[in-house]
Amino acid sequence: MSARRKSNGRRVVITGAGTINALGGDVPSTLAAMAEGRCGIGPLDIRDVDRLAIQIGGQVTGYDEQKHFNRQQIALYDRFTQFTLIAAKEAMAGAGLSFTGELAARSGVVLGTSGGGLNTQDENYRAVYEDGKNRVHPFIVPKLMNNAATSHLSIEYNLKGPSFTVATACASSNHAMGQAFQMIRTGMADVMLTGGSEAMLCFGGIKAWEGLRVMSRDACRPFSANRNGMVQGEGAAVFVFEDYDMARARGADILAEVVGFAMTSDAADIVMPSAQGAERAITGAMADAGLDPEDVGYINAHGTGTAANDKTECSAVAHAFGPHADRLMMSSTKSMHGHLIGGTGAVELLACIMALRDGIIAPTIGYEEPDPECALDVVPNEARHAKVGAVLSNAFAFGGLNAVLALRSV
Amino acid sequence: MDIKTRVIEIIAEQAMLEPGDVQLTHTLADLGLDSLGLVESIFAIEEAFDITVPFNANEPEKSDFDISSVVTMITAVETLVKDQK
Repeated sequence: MSARRKSNGRRVVITGAGTINALGGDVPSTLAAMAEGRCGIGPLDIRDVDRLAIQIGGQVTGYDEQKHFNRQQIALYDRFTQFTLIAAKEAMAGAGLSFTGELAARSGVVLGTSGGGLNTQDENYRAVYEDGKNRVHPFIVPKLMNNAATSHLSIEYNLKGPSFTVATACASSNHAMGQAFQMIRTGMADVMLTGGSEAMLCFGGIKAWEGLRVMSRDACRPFSANRNGMVQGEGAAVFVFEDYDMARARGADILAEVVGFAMTSDAADIVMPSAQGAERAITGAMADAGLDPEDVGYINAHGTGTAANDKTECSAVAHAFGPHADRLMMSSTKSMHGHLIGGTGAVELLACIMALRDGIIAPTIGYEEPDPECALDVVPNEARHAKVGAVLSNAFAFGGLNAVLALRSV
Repeated sequence: MDIKTRVIEIIAEQAMLEPGDVQLTHTLADLGLDSLGLVESIFAIEEAFDITVPFNANEPEKSDFDISSVVTMITAVETLVKDQK
């Protein structure tokens, strides 16, 4: 591995991880599902599903909010906030941190979401428009606001430093985690809870996506020639990012090091992605990390399973990596958990940590036919054992906003 | 108004042209319509004729809705109206 290009400031490590998504209610069950290549996508169980053209999704099934929260909490927590708090609880337990005094003041939260409290909006528009009600619950606004999850995390764990929510559609989580990384690296904060959450699987949420005609009715098959679109998921993942020296000093279990981040804008089209914009984000993240292309063994792809994304992403990777593109592995775990939109990069970072820590590369499932325009090793259908020293996680959003993170093992 | 005239009106509006400037042999590219213009046209057609157009932007070639030219789209709409009414 090459020497670090320059001193960028403090080193940043991940000392806690938590999740809830269609594959599992915590990190161990999610990683086990990814290693098995299990699909979490199935028939949607939501109100008025019979009026939807798209009736599948990566839904968190068997979920009972009353098992996690009391009546007052449920009145205040939209589903996306609930998912965030559940993921954060696991991450905080793993990190073994508590926040008081100066550490509390120097620690914060930055999370990604796209829809925020969309279920709350959907239910209340239904109440006033369809049911004709003239009165709504008093907490609708604090429940639906996009920063609700961030604020509840800060309240729950006494995080008093820089805290905000990032909304850049499908890149929200990666942008959020990139900000958390840079805040610790530059000394603005010592610990950041970061990641993202999404709960868009409601009638209005799916109906809006149907309109674009990019959704699959049967499966998410990234990079496969017979792919026919994306499938939405839901859930959250939250990580504890921490100053390396502090983590070492307290003997924390370090899951991985965050070494680079880059973000670019295509400045081209509101929905069609640009290979150049993606490539600049990929090369930017490697440069920021001081990584050479040969150092990168695995990429967690954006890999939505749409015609437009997958060939653009493969072209970007081919250009960014040159001959090494044929030697690295790149998979899309969206084939298993669906596209969590603003939360997707966070859940996908778990696959990156598994690659670095456990030497298990999560597969792209549903892969049936090679596509000459996606001629990379996409780890089809079965997980693989491989030792990798550095990985990337790609996220390319509608609106042409791209965010790529680089991680390596410690 | 017949189906042909209405479809041409919809396509012309999306392409920001006068209906008289749209020729039956024009392709979407000839008219300067991109993928967003296409899905918006299909939506307008569905609304105008109260039909459902089977079209997935990821696999346009697999759709029965032939978008290769203005005339193929008109023919496809005529078929859908006949089948769905």
